[in-house]
Amino acid sequence: MTMIDSPVTGPIKGPEGPEHHPDHHPAHHASPTPIGFWIYLMSDCVIFGTLFATYAVLGYSYGGGPSPKDLFEPGFVFVETALLLFSSITFGMGMLRADKGDIAGLIRWLLITAVFGIGFIAMELYEFHHLIHIGAGPDRSAFLSSFFLLVGTHGLHVTFGLVWLFVLVAQIRMHGLGEANRRRLNTLSMFWHFLDLIWIGVFSFVYLVRLV
Amino acid sequence: MSEHPEHGQGHVDHGHGDHGTFGSLMTGFGLAGILTLIPFGIVMMEPDWQPVVSIGIIMGLGAIQIVVHLVYFLHLNRDSEEGWTFAATIFAIVILAIVLAGSLWVMHNMNANMMPMSEENMTGLPDLPAGAEHGGHGASHE
Repeated sequence: MTMIDSPVTGPIKGPEGPEHHPDHHPAHHASPTPIGFWIYLMSDCVIFGTLFATYAVLGYSYGGGPSPKDLFEPGFVFVETALLLFSSITFGMGMLRADKGDIAGLIRWLLITAVFGIGFIAMELYEFHHLIHIGAGPDRSAFLSSFFLLVGTHGLHVTFGLVWLFVLVAQIRMHGLGEANRRRLNTLSMFWHFLDLIWIGVFSFVYLVRLV
Repeated sequence: MSEHPEHGQGHVDHGHGDHGTFGSLMTGFGLAGILTLIPFGIVMMEPDWQPVVSIGIIMGLGAIQIVVHLVYFLHLNRDSEEGWTFAATIFAIVILAIVLAGSLWVMHNMNANMMPMSEENMTGLPDLPAGAEHGGHGASHE
């Protein structure tokens, strides 16, 4: 509870308390959404951290089954990584259009982002299907259990990010880019870049290090 | 950096409302691209040096790329939300370090201190079919 309470309700600076901002105009008190969403992302980060730790501990327990070198293709992972990085850039382009108030441009970049995201999810589903098909499913060994759990959790996050993206595109089309939709867009932007950040850990630690 | 003409907030920085510029986005893209290409290049080229060197480079570049994403894409800085974003991030990093290092340490210790398994211990395991002579055979059940 201290983690959630202290940034919002705890004393911020000196004895004046949380509501007193000598340097800021009171009318411009920021929405609590960005910091709240950031704390959610950090707790998500801890979830991924425990899954990375699980993979680090169990990743060498093959149970007589296949090892990473039998299963992983660096070229395939590279294309997945490129798709996710491009989707981060196109989302950033969309945010720049949103700053200019260009709704059509924003929606165009968001849909391009969605195409890259769907491509990523499609490749991941193909990989999972292929692994299960050749008998290297999550029930094969502790290594594969932890692999499917970690990569699958990331994939689920990206899937929900895509759902969020399409809902937001519909809302922006209907209601324009008001205060609420701008806040939703900002938090989705944080979420999307955060997922790309987690993927850095996945492609480095789950795939590449085990292929050396 | 502060492109909010409609808000007119002047110097007040509300952190995540700040989406950077095209230049900072492209700088981040360039750095992230390079930091992605090098580790994949190392794995595909299979250089002559020791594997531990490659692992060190891949993990080090991954850590640098995470910082690049935080700075250029997530616009993390010490000032947004009066420093609470930064504080929450540092807190998460500390927790992550404890979870990762602690798990590896504890599990390595446990593995190192396990009683070595002899043949008669193995045949006594309930999972194995009766009369299984070798652990390797029992492990490949389907």
